[in-house]
Amino acid sequence: MKKSIVAIAVMSIGLGAAHAQEVVKLGSAAPLTGTISHLGKDLENGSRMAVDAVNAQGGADIGGKKVKFQLVGEDDQADPRTGTTVAQRLVDAGVKGVIGHLNSGTSIPASRIYDQGGVPQISPASTNPKLTQQNFKGVFRTIANDVQQGGALGTFAVKTLGATKVAIIDDRTAYGQGLADETDKAVKAAGAQVVAREFTTDKATDFNAILTKIRATNPDVIFFGGMDAQAGPMLRQLKQLGINAKFLTGDGGCSPEMIKLAGDAINSTTYCSMAGLPLDKMPGGAKFRADYKARFNGEVQLYAPYAYDAAMAIIKAMEKAGSVEPAKYLPELKKISFDGVTGNVSFDDKGDIKEGAVTMYQFKDGTWVAL
Amino acid sequence: MNELVSAVPYLGKRNPMAARWLIIIIALVAPIIAWQFGKSWVRILDFALLYMMLALGLNLVVGFAGLLDLGYIAFYAVGAYTFAFLASPHFDIHMPFWLVLPLGAAFAALAGIMLGFPVLRLRGDYLAIVTLGFGEIIRIFMLNLNYPINITNGPQGINMIDPINLFGWDLSRNLQVTETFSINSLFLYYYFFLLCVAGSILFIQRLQISRVGRAWAAMRDDELAAKAIGINTRNMKLLAFSLGATFGGVAGALFGAFQGFVSPESFSLMESIAVLTMVVFGGMGNIAGAIVGAFVLALLPEILRDVAVPLQQTLFGTVILDPEVLRMLLLSLAMILMMLLRPSGMIPARARYAHRENMKQEGAQ
Amino acid sequence: METLIQQLINGLVIGSVYALIALGYTMVYGILGLINFAHGDVLMVGALTALQTMMFLMGVAPGMSPIAMLTIALMVAIPVSMTIGFLMERLAYRRLRNAPRLAPLITAIGMSFLLQTLAMIIWGRNYHTFPQLISTTPLEPIAGVFITPVQVVIILASAAIMIGLSLLVTRTKIGRAMRATAENHRVASLMGVDTNAVIAFTFVVGAALAAVAGVMYASNYGIAHYGMGFMPGLKAFTAAVLGGIGNLGGAMLGGIVLGLVESFGAGYIEHMTFGFLNSSYQDIFAFIILGLVLIFKPTGLLGERVSDRA
Repeated sequence: MKKSIVAIAVMSIGLGAAHAQEVVKLGSAAPLTGTISHLGKDLENGSRMAVDAVNAQGGADIGGKKVKFQLVGEDDQADPRTGTTVAQRLVDAGVKGVIGHLNSGTSIPASRIYDQGGVPQISPASTNPKLTQQNFKGVFRTIANDVQQGGALGTFAVKTLGATKVAIIDDRTAYGQGLADETDKAVKAAGAQVVAREFTTDKATDFNAILTKIRATNPDVIFFGGMDAQAGPMLRQLKQLGINAKFLTGDGGCSPEMIKLAGDAINSTTYCSMAGLPLDKMPGGAKFRADYKARFNGEVQLYAPYAYDAAMAIIKAMEKAGSVEPAKYLPELKKISFDGVTGNVSFDDKGDIKEGAVTMYQFKDGTWVAL
Repeated sequence: MNELVSAVPYLGKRNPMAARWLIIIIALVAPIIAWQFGKSWVRILDFALLYMMLALGLNLVVGFAGLLDLGYIAFYAVGAYTFAFLASPHFDIHMPFWLVLPLGAAFAALAGIMLGFPVLRLRGDYLAIVTLGFGEIIRIFMLNLNYPINITNGPQGINMIDPINLFGWDLSRNLQVTETFSINSLFLYYYFFLLCVAGSILFIQRLQISRVGRAWAAMRDDELAAKAIGINTRNMKLLAFSLGATFGGVAGALFGAFQGFVSPESFSLMESIAVLTMVVFGGMGNIAGAIVGAFVLALLPEILRDVAVPLQQTLFGTVILDPEVLRMLLLSLAMILMMLLRPSGMIPARARYAHRENMKQEGAQ
Repeated sequence: METLIQQLINGLVIGSVYALIALGYTMVYGILGLINFAHGDVLMVGALTALQTMMFLMGVAPGMSPIAMLTIALMVAIPVSMTIGFLMERLAYRRLRNAPRLAPLITAIGMSFLLQTLAMIIWGRNYHTFPQLISTTPLEPIAGVFITPVQVVIILASAAIMIGLSLLVTRTKIGRAMRATAENHRVASLMGVDTNAVIAFTFVVGAALAAVAGVMYASNYGIAHYGMGFMPGLKAFTAAVLGGIGNLGGAMLGGIVLGLVESFGAGYIEHMTFGFLNSSYQDIFAFIILGLVLIFKPTGLLGERVSDRA
């Protein structure tokens, strides 16, 4: 106990010294432990890059003063209850804006705490439409939501892949079900038929029973709403059951991990979607990739560029408003428009990103290739 | 209270009166101390109180009646979902809190009886595994009952649940005492939950030394003998399940209202195990044990988050074990080592059988 | 029709894996009356150890034949699992043999989580690709029904192991000692059976079976991770109860029946309930069966023992 008191004392001295030049805290919340910790870390790294980039230029110019930023990272463990606790910690720490959370299921309860604490929240990863439909003033996202992504997936399956019969599977998580439902709607709207709607869980490894059932309906495309850990084995079992339908999945399966887990079952009839543009097609993508690699010695996983833009949006809004106080800069954040790494960043009246891009990928030569 | 009092080191035996006041004072000022470290600690204390209630309820089933229930969190879920159904925009029903809370408790009790009936004949390990199955079945239904008719809203959960509103007094708003002084909503929740926990303790304490409590103890220690002396073990088991479930239901309803959002992932098997560990850690069959166990284990992950990470960073330069792994490690070790080294828990139940000395004291008061 | 037969095959394959795990459960339960919750996690340790070994072998001897590699991996995974099984019994369960009923059970739950956590520390939380050394390319389909070589191996191996185990229990000296101990510890020890050794032996054999099951499971699905053992473990326990706990043939039968119920259940529940329930309820079948069996026929399908032991 004594040690930690000393540590706190040391920390506050450190902060005190830094206070000579104003330091503003921004919060980052994502799962840093657990099965998707690599994605959570990626998110935090993205925010950190933005903060570092601004600090490297001597800080942001806010109200005639140079202001530096400090990122307070918290681990929400992808758990709703921990999410609210972490949100409260960030509000306590006096952050002026939050970049996070990753999972919709965590973002939604946390957004209430941020709203009460008067702190704007920009999620670079939560795609559930409900997040921005709660009528909270300060909730935004820099990534296309499920309606946009599901719509694109459904249209792609029917229009591009020429499917007339589509089978849909989801993993009964808030993410998988949300995306599958939107895809379902879009498939029907595009004039094709949903021949099977099956379910599994986010912990399952055996999909033979549902896949056999799907095989009997003879679909052209099978869509799976879920994560790579299930999509990979599912693809293997498709092959083992002799199903030749094209396989389509959302951003949860659009990872290098998916390629690894699917082994030799993955081929050019496997497609996936990702909200936003591919890193290489992003206006600042190539540079971002290089900077990220130099800074963190690893590849960009998924959300880093969106987190970068989210942090930048907050800082730019502060600059425009000439204040770091949420109440003052929030109006500016609502009407912000700038060119970020992922493209133009501006929000609609709900807080969703305008023209959230969705890109389709195809597996080719051992990697995902943007179409 | 007496058990809690005697659990206070040093003072408990010598001056029970002082120890009693000490506990009351600690309970009252705890959030104010926590406030010094940040609002989040008050919120953590609020959750700790909810866990205490869960532990008290589970202790009733496991500790008093000797029925190992691994699906206890199902009742918590029933309470939380009842609240969500009856006081949220989901069905657009907004029933008042004082009506929803008893309903949540009643539904949970009903679920308890539903579970109790079929498993009456089972004991020990079989009971444990069937209750585990029951917990999973409830969770799977919560997860999937959004189709063909949307009842639970499936994995998306139910959002915007009404806050606790006591006859027009909204606990989710800060209480404005004077112009400049207001009491934060987290404190209001704390004291309200504290009241609930205190009520539960009083109730359970009376229950423990009542006919029912003694019948449970007899049944737990030797079911056959209990039957032989004329205890209706069937009714006693059902009563244990339903009463235990009631506490789970109340805690669940409070959780739903406090958090404002419920989804099936909050009611996983891991939560059942965590509550069980609280009971085991504190000491089965003992109110003080449940309270202390819940308090320690609810705070543990948060303390780990604050202590373990910086400590590892200074010692090794990197974080080797993240707090979640450490928590799992400590939980599992607690379960094993407690059973091996100190099977009666941190605070062993004082009188294992009929609590005779306890009864005399109580009778004298 | 081909769908029906395919579901039958699916059920047989997963059922054989359940059966193999159930054998370990039923042996331990038969002899000690203890649900060894950690049995499924021993399976996980077996699979991950095998994975680690194969990774190592691929590094040092890339040209090694798959069969040799698999054999060596098993040769490493089995002793490791056996050691864990032995240590569990020696350090924890043995000391609790005369404790109140709840104590060993809670310890077993703790053991299960401890193994998972340790595995998480050693192997991380991510899913690992498990090398599929036996081919998973389906054989020539017969009447539209697909089956892969690894699935054939799983079904045959489970059957072989079950038969071997039955012979061990019925025909050998140690088998007789096991049966005697299961019948009555004290009397057995009076008859000169070293019951401690017999119980330890049972745990070790069970752990070895779990390791084999783990490698098969992981080979079939091509993945392994720290939590992979828990659910199959629970389901295998259900299978053991369904077949009649303490009965080796029962465990086998229970496993197959459960596999079939799950497979047909997921495939046909929607038709049977007129669309009200669907495959999202796949995981509840095992628990419902468990409840029903325990309530209505606690001795299971081929049961010999009475379940009502407290």
